[in-house]
Amino acid sequence: MQPATASRRRCDWRSARAVPWPALVAVVVATATASRPAAGAEAGTAPPDSVLAAERDRVAVMARASGAAVAIFAGDAGGGSGVLVSPDGYALTNFHVVQPAGVAMKCGLSDGRLYDAVLVGLDPTGDLALVKLVGRDDFPWAELADSDTVAVGDPCFAAGNPFLLATDFQPSVSAGIVSGVHRYQGPAGTILEYADCIQVDAAINPGNSGGALFDARGAVIGINGRASFEKRGRVNVGVGYAISSNQARHFLGALKGGRIVDHATLGATVATASDGRVVVSDILESSDAYRRGLRYDDEVVALAGRPVRTVNAFKNVLGTLPSGWRVPLVYRRGGQRHEILVRLAAVHAPAELEAIVSGEGGPRQRRRTPGSRRPQAPGDEPPPDEAPAAPAAREPPPLPDALRGLHEARPGFANFHFNLVERDRVAAAIAARHPVERPAGTWRVVGRLTDKEAFRIELAPARASIDLPTGTSAIDAAGELDANPAPPGSGGLLAALVLWRRLILDGPRSLGRTTYLGTVPAATAAGAEPAGTAIPVYDDVLDAAVGGVEARFIVAADGAVTGIDLWTAPDAEPCEVRFAYAADGGVGDAVGLPRSFTVRHADAAFGTFTIDEVVVEPATENADSTGPAATAGDGAGAER
Amino acid sequence: MSDTIQGRPAGGAGALLALALTLALAGPVSRAATPGETIAGAARGVVKVYGAGGVRGLEAYQTGILVTPAGHVVTVLSTVLDSDTIDCVLDDGRRYPARLVGADPARELAVLAIEGEDLPALPLVADLPRVAPGTRVLALSNLFGVAVGDERVSAQHGVVSAVVPLEARRGSYEAPYRGTVYLLDCTTNNPGSPGGALIDFRGRLVGVLGKELRASASGVWLNYALPIDEVAKAYDDIVAGRASAPVAGGGTRFDPSLLGVLLVPDLLDRTPPFLEATRAGSAAAAAGLRADDLLVAVNGRTVPSRRAVEEALGALATGDPVRLTVVRGGAIVECDLGPRPAAGEAP
Repeated sequence: MQPATASRRRCDWRSARAVPWPALVAVVVATATASRPAAGAEAGTAPPDSVLAAERDRVAVMARASGAAVAIFAGDAGGGSGVLVSPDGYALTNFHVVQPAGVAMKCGLSDGRLYDAVLVGLDPTGDLALVKLVGRDDFPWAELADSDTVAVGDPCFAAGNPFLLATDFQPSVSAGIVSGVHRYQGPAGTILEYADCIQVDAAINPGNSGGALFDARGAVIGINGRASFEKRGRVNVGVGYAISSNQARHFLGALKGGRIVDHATLGATVATASDGRVVVSDILESSDAYRRGLRYDDEVVALAGRPVRTVNAFKNVLGTLPSGWRVPLVYRRGGQRHEILVRLAAVHAPAELEAIVSGEGGPRQRRRTPGSRRPQAPGDEPPPDEAPAAPAAREPPPLPDALRGLHEARPGFANFHFNLVERDRVAAAIAARHPVERPAGTWRVVGRLTDKEAFRIELAPARASIDLPTGTSAIDAAGELDANPAPPGSGGLLAALVLWRRLILDGPRSLGRTTYLGTVPAATAAGAEPAGTAIPVYDDVLDAAVGGVEARFIVAADGAVTGIDLWTAPDAEPCEVRFAYAADGGVGDAVGLPRSFTVRHADAAFGTFTIDEVVVEPATENADSTGPAATAGDGAGAER
Repeated sequence: MSDTIQGRPAGGAGALLALALTLALAGPVSRAATPGETIAGAARGVVKVYGAGGVRGLEAYQTGILVTPAGHVVTVLSTVLDSDTIDCVLDDGRRYPARLVGADPARELAVLAIEGEDLPALPLVADLPRVAPGTRVLALSNLFGVAVGDERVSAQHGVVSAVVPLEARRGSYEAPYRGTVYLLDCTTNNPGSPGGALIDFRGRLVGVLGKELRASASGVWLNYALPIDEVAKAYDDIVAGRASAPVAGGGTRFDPSLLGVLLVPDLLDRTPPFLEATRAGSAAAAAGLRADDLLVAVNGRTVPSRRAVEEALGALATGDPVRLTVVRGGAIVECDLGPRPAAGEAP
C-alpha cells in the first residue's frame, strides 16, 4: 500500500548504474568545445566507453519507465496520459484527463495491449485522479520518488501520450532538465491549483497531461499537468509544470479510498508585511488555528515542517496538504516563538466539489479567458484534430464486463466500491493483529499515570468506567455516546475507548456508517505529525459516525490502532488519544494492545496512561461482573 | 558615472580565458560541476526586472544580469523600462530600485544601476571566444514571471544551432540589430525571458537572450541570444556615454504599427518614414494607405523621420483623431485613421 514499504521487485534496475546522465552532458560539452568545429565520428574517434555506457543506461531507464506509462483514451472526450504506481494496476493521472471520461476508460500500455480501467478517486483541486487498470496483478509500475530532493538542473524526462499520438500505445519520451522547483501556479479561471510544483523544459504538450515526469533513474518525481503557453498556441514552449510526487503521495490513500478529496485551508490568509515578514492578514475565529492561538498580524515562520519566507511558500505548503490533516505551525509574536498543531479544514463544501466533478460549474465551464496570462492545462482540451462532439447526456453507459462490480456510485465518492475495499483491508489488518477470543467480555486495563497514581479502566459491552485519582466516571456503552464526554476534561475518553474496543473486537462494520478516509503521516513519538523531508510512513484513517459521536481511528499497516480523535459535537474540540506500542510486544502483546496512551483535549494534555496489565475476560453467559446491565455478547449497539 | 573597466578587470578576464583554454586543451581534469551546481552559481547573478507594462501583450517584467559587484545590470531596452520606477529582485529576494544608466538602441540593450556592494555578479568577459554551433548551453531567465521573491529564475537547456546575422526585417517584429546572434534549439525566448543569461556548462556568460521576435508570415518565434562581445560593446558604450540615442522616454513615442502602419526599419539617424506595408483589417488599411507611401505629416505636423512619426503620434492623446499626410506618386494624399488607440493596446 505504501510506496516506501512496497515490494522491492524493481531493485535490480533502481540500483543499476545510475551515473551518467549528467556525466554524459559534461563529456559532450567538453568534446564540443574542445575540438570544434566537428567532433567525434568525422575525425575518426569513437565516443568514449563511458559515454556509450551512459547512453545505454539512459535508454534502459527510459524503456523501463515507458512500461509504466499509460495512454488513456476516453473516446470522444479526448484522453491523456497516466502512470502505473503499483503492480495491481493503480495509475495516477490528472483530474482534467479523466473528468470528461466518466467511470470507465481504455488504457494502452507499451506491451501493445489495451486494458479496461475504472475511475477510483478524484482530487479536483490538485488536478489528480487515480484509476485502476484490470486484467493483471503484475503490471509494470514505477515508484514515487521523494520530490523534495529534486534540484534545478537535474535531468528528467516525460513519457506520455502527447497529441494522443500513442495509437500503438508506445509512449513518447521527451527529455529535459528541471527548470524550477517549489513553483506556485494559482487557479486561473479553474479551481486547479498547482502548488509546490516542478517546472521542466522537457516538452509537455496537450495529451501529456497525467503522465509521469521521471528522474534519471526512472522514478516518478511528478505528474505533468500544465504548461505556460501564452501567445504561442497550445504547444510546448519549454515551460511545463508537474504536480510533485510528494503531493501525490499525500493524497494517494484518500484517492485509493474512492473519495473525492479536498484540499486544506488554515482558515487564515497571509500577506507580506512591509518589512518582508509573512504575517496573518485575516483569520476565522472558527478555525482551529485561531483556537490554538494564532492571531491577526502574527508572523508565520513554518508550516508542516517547512520554512515560510514568502506568501508563495505558504501557499506551496498548504496546497499540497489534504483537508483533515493536523500539521505543526510555527509563528512568532513579539519576539516569542510558538509552535502549535493545527487541524486543517476543507476548502470546499462537499456540494461544491460534487458540482465540479459532475462538470457543472467545473473547469470545463469556467474556461480561462482568452489571453489569460496563467499557464493552462495541456490536456484539458482535446487536440484540435480530435475535437469531440457535443457532450452527450450524462446517462452513464453500462460498464464493460471486465469492470463489473468495480463501481458503486455514492455522493461524496468517485467510486464507493473502493472505499469498501480499503475499509475491509484495514479491518482485516486489525483483526489479524488482535487475536482476542470472541465473543469477549469485559476489558480491564490497570496502570499508572505520569505521577505514579493508579488508574483503572473497565470496558464492558454495556458500560464503561474509569477510576482516576480525581474520581470515577462511567457511561452507558450501548447507548448514545455524546451525552456525557467523560471523564470531565477529556473530551470523551471513555466514548473513544468504548469504540476502540468495539473496533478491535467487531471491526469497522460494527461502528455504524464507517468510511475509509485515507492516510496521515504516522505519528512520531512526540505526538506531532510533521511532513518531514524523507518519505514518511503513513497510517490509515477510518471515520465512524456512531452513537451521536464522530470518531477517526488511525491504524498502522500492521493493524495496530495508533490513535483516536473523537468529537462529541461537530464544532467541539476533539478528544485525542494516541497509543504507543512496545517494540518487542509489551504488556498487551498477547492481544495486540498498546503499552501506553496519551490523551489531549483542546490545548491541554489530559494525561499519559502507562498500562501495567490488560485482562480480557471471555464473555460469560449471565453477566458482566461490573456492569449492571449485563448484556453479553458482541457488538452492542452495532449498526449496519 | 562609472568607468568602463569597473566590471571587467582585464586580469580576471585573461585568467578566465587561460583557464578555459587549459580545460579545453587538456580535457576534463577534475570532476566537472553538475548542471545543477553551474545553474545555482550563475543564477545568483540573474535578476528579475519589474517596470512598466501589464497591459495586454506587454509584460511588466523581464530579466537582467548583474555584471558588476557594484550593481550594474545589463538588460534589454524595452517598454518595461519606460517607467519612473524600475525594480530589480535578486536571487535571494532582495529588492532594489534601479536607475536607468543608458541604452544602446542599436543592440536594444540597456544598463541599469542598483545601489549595492559585493553583489553576486556574472562577469562580462568580452574576449571570451564565441561559442560554436553544437555547444550545449543553459538559459536562465524570468520567463512568464513564474519566479517571485527569493524564487530562482527558470533554467532551460539547449544547443547553439547556428551563429548567424539577425535578419528580422520584412514582415517581422522590427529589430534594429543587424549583427551576429546565436540561434538556439530550445524555446528560450518567452515573455519575460529577454535579458536572460545564456551560459555554458562551466557557468560562463556567453550571451544575453534577446527580445521576442516573431515572423508574422510564418508565426515562428525566434529563439536567439546576443553574443557576449556585442553585449560588452553595448555596455562599454553605455557606461562611457557613447550610446547613440536617448532612451525612449515615458510614453512619448507611439508605435505606428498599432494603427496598422508598418514603416521601414529605423536604420538611420533620420530614416525617411516610408510605409512598408499595412496590416490587413487595420485602420491604416481602411484609410487606403499603401506600401511605398511616404509620410510627411501627422495631424499637420511635419515628420521628417520615422522617429518623428512616433513622437508626433505619441504627442496625441488616446482617442484623438489621427490624420496622416502622405506622398504617393508625386501627389499629396490625406488619410484619416480614426481615433488613436492606447499605447499598450494590441492591434
